[in-house]
Amino acid sequence: MQWEIVIGLEVHTQLSTQSKIFSGAPTRFGAAPNAQACAVDIALPGVLPVLNHGAVERAIRFGLSVGAKINSPSIFARKNYFYPDLPKGYQISQYELPVVAGGSVKIQVGGAGNQYEKTIRLTRAHLEEDAGKSLHEDFQGMTGIDLNRAGTPLLEIVSEPDMRSSDEAVAFAKSLHSLVRWIDICDGNMQEGSFRCDANVSVRLLGSDRLGTRCEIKNLNSFRFLEKAINYEARRQIEILEDGGTIRQETRLYDSDKNETRTMRSKEDAQDYRYFPDPDLLPLAISEDWINHVRTMLPQLPEVRRSNYITEYGLSSYDAGVLTSSKEMASYFERTVELLPAQAKLCANWIMSEVNGRLHKESLDIAQCPVTPAQLSLLLLRVSDGTISGKTAKDVFDAMWRIECNGDADLIIESKGLKQISDMSEIEKLIDDILAANPQQVSDYHSGKEKAFNSLVGQAMKATKGKANPSQVNDLLKKKLAG
Amino acid sequence: MLNSTLQQLSTLIAEKKISSVELTNEFLSRVKAQNPVYNAFITVNEEMSLFQAHAADAMIASGQGQPLTGIPIAQKDIFCAKGWLTTCGSKMLSNFISPYDAGVIERFNTVGAVNIGKTNMDEFAMGSSNETSFYGPVRNPWDITTVPGGSSGGSACAVAARMAPAATGTDTGGSIRQPAALCGISGIKPTYGLVSRYGMIAFASSLDQGGPMAKSAEDLALMMNVMVGFDTRDSTSLQRPSEDYSRDLARPLQGLRIGLPKEYFVEGLNADVASAVESAIAEYRKLGAETVDVSLPNTKLSIPVYYVLAPAEASSNLSRFDGVRYGHRAPEYIGLNDMYQKSRAQGFGAEVKRRILIGTYVLSHGYYDAYYIQAQKLRRLIAQDFSEAFKRCDIIMGPTTPTTSFPLGEKSGNPVQMYLSDTYTIATNLAGLPGMSIPAGFGNHNRPVGLHIIGNYFAEAQMLNVAHQYQQVTDWHIRIPDALTDL
Repeated sequence: MQWEIVIGLEVHTQLSTQSKIFSGAPTRFGAAPNAQACAVDIALPGVLPVLNHGAVERAIRFGLSVGAKINSPSIFARKNYFYPDLPKGYQISQYELPVVAGGSVKIQVGGAGNQYEKTIRLTRAHLEEDAGKSLHEDFQGMTGIDLNRAGTPLLEIVSEPDMRSSDEAVAFAKSLHSLVRWIDICDGNMQEGSFRCDANVSVRLLGSDRLGTRCEIKNLNSFRFLEKAINYEARRQIEILEDGGTIRQETRLYDSDKNETRTMRSKEDAQDYRYFPDPDLLPLAISEDWINHVRTMLPQLPEVRRSNYITEYGLSSYDAGVLTSSKEMASYFERTVELLPAQAKLCANWIMSEVNGRLHKESLDIAQCPVTPAQLSLLLLRVSDGTISGKTAKDVFDAMWRIECNGDADLIIESKGLKQISDMSEIEKLIDDILAANPQQVSDYHSGKEKAFNSLVGQAMKATKGKANPSQVNDLLKKKLAG
Repeated sequence: MLNSTLQQLSTLIAEKKISSVELTNEFLSRVKAQNPVYNAFITVNEEMSLFQAHAADAMIASGQGQPLTGIPIAQKDIFCAKGWLTTCGSKMLSNFISPYDAGVIERFNTVGAVNIGKTNMDEFAMGSSNETSFYGPVRNPWDITTVPGGSSGGSACAVAARMAPAATGTDTGGSIRQPAALCGISGIKPTYGLVSRYGMIAFASSLDQGGPMAKSAEDLALMMNVMVGFDTRDSTSLQRPSEDYSRDLARPLQGLRIGLPKEYFVEGLNADVASAVESAIAEYRKLGAETVDVSLPNTKLSIPVYYVLAPAEASSNLSRFDGVRYGHRAPEYIGLNDMYQKSRAQGFGAEVKRRILIGTYVLSHGYYDAYYIQAQKLRRLIAQDFSEAFKRCDIIMGPTTPTTSFPLGEKSGNPVQMYLSDTYTIATNLAGLPGMSIPAGFGNHNRPVGLHIIGNYFAEAQMLNVAHQYQQVTDWHIRIPDALTDL
């Protein structure tokens, strides 16, 4: 039997407002417990919520970026349940009329060789407040409550069940992650919980058009966990079905230590949240003027940038995708290529392999890259004009990374004497000397042994300490040996 | 002095014939002497009241006095007042000292009024007799064997027994007007959104509205001038140009069209109340008003609609009282759920629990559409009735309550009978309209009758004018209970 995995995601993005969604308390991460909880966050008797328009503006920005409809009015609703870190006994969220409806996100799935594109439809995105945190350690049999996070604005983005593999789910999550940072509505910090996913996973026989019973895996806060949790969960469901069992609809948790998902609560235990419109908040009206204003402030989207790179610079779809994975990355590429317009592919390759590799190794962000785009473009100019070889350029790049000679490629080449010898007569003399000193290899070459040629090239490069242009050496050697 | 109007006290203070400290002491002694009989106050704090009185005297000395500067005002215990015990009539908050001021309290503080004490009320404003208070029932000054009405019973009693010249109340289904009627004083519930709900402990957010209670319409106008105003901390607060609610008091009533809803004068209305109200309307005709018959066909649905919507909102509003952060927590419990259950079981009284249960039920999956959604639809119809009626009249009149005050305990065992006390007042809350009750004579056993005046949205100044003109030709509002012979 061939099975198909069906995945939908719910992504909670923490919006980058200075203050909370319904109070004036700050949203900074890492303050002392309850230092950032005001009367409204603590839910003192008599306090009331007042909507932060910065959160709404960010929701509109998201909606416009994914081609969604901005609902006006949208309605805030109360989701009622008791929990110690939920001070009001209800969460203010949106239920029947969310601020953003529909829309879609294009994703690129797979590596450089087998990449394909797919469109994932969005169901909705709605505004809501985060809860606080229960602290179970340090209190000996009691529970501490930290309400700093209570009231932090969230945009919950819900997709249609359009993904068919963990690769697609990860590509979608990454694409959203990149988008929300690109349009500056979320810092995307997954360790701090600014971007977390719930995955709805079900399986069905390939070719079936009916959805299987789904399980929801909660709170996946890394792309790796998202991938592993989906893979585990799909395997679990397939095994049950192949053994003739049925799937119980339930909410599950992923245990990254054991790499497994386990039951959190079943559908039968699901609470009745008794949603109803919050009478403390008026229906949220969003004028056309406001939407248009937000539209004019919107940066060019990664999607547009990507296709520009393909048409203007002749980059592959994969390369263009990597270079538009963040606004900072795109801007780094553009500032590099701006100074070296004829060498876009060279710039792209260097940024994707050398720069990215180095950043990754040292866990740095591109914004923290010690080599500036201008410095990189000078280095690549020296590669393209033949001053140094690509191999030497890597050594120069290492030196630039260490900010030797202020990161100036020319100064480094000069001080280390790495300039390629391209003076023909100098190389010619050198080759004549080598040929004279190696009669055995010359005769081996003439009797058809290719290896002998390589040895001669090696000796020539060694003699010039790698500064000779390898292709010139090749050409010249062949000519001399033939002559 | 104790029997003076706000206007008179204001003049005495402005002319420095009496200081705020003297006046405050006078009322504090009165409270000390009378409160054991009436139980109108939950908290009296002489030190804090006198501190404010001193500050008020300094304000007056520096020429910054305003009409209510230095005048003692009783505050319903539903308004959070910084440093004051704020209980909402509940054991749940019997240990809650508010760290902040409600918007309304702030406005009184700004003009230098003196908080003379926090008044008793039905628990979380749920009740029509003041019998649901954790702090015990309030007595009606006209007959201490009867109830003062509720939920603002403490405020109504404080004014009627001359323990305060005026008080604040809140009205979700009649909680200002019904006790005003039963205690023979004047009270107005403004248009929804005029008075800030910030710091006013929520019962049913879409219906709750604060307002003043005083002896006369003229005094209510002075109170309105302080209480009404936009508050950014309340999203349902309305931003409008400020008004002087006293501006139209003197206007003659010639040509005023009074609508009389036929549904208000049928079965259920006691004969003594009906005859007092009819006499009041006859008085209005003498003042030049004409009456027109109007109909509010959906008004009979007010009580069922209200007892779906108000409990629904209340069940959610009262969820924050969970014993976790403040308020009552059970002394002994095992685990989280046990703590919730015991704290709430111990902290809330029977009527509050009843409404939480009703509200939880009507919001539950499978019942929501049949109850909550249906009630919202009917709420709109009830509001439409009024807009239709106001096409034919300027003001609507009727009885505030179907009966005069009733004996303590008479209805406390029968919730539905109790709910019917608000049969005439609830519809205005559902429509968001302003409503008012003024004394209009006496029924059997010399118990006060209230005349209900309903205006169109934002017609408060006109309603006060209508009431004031009546109070110029009648003396019901200045009568005092026989028991208060010392006055």
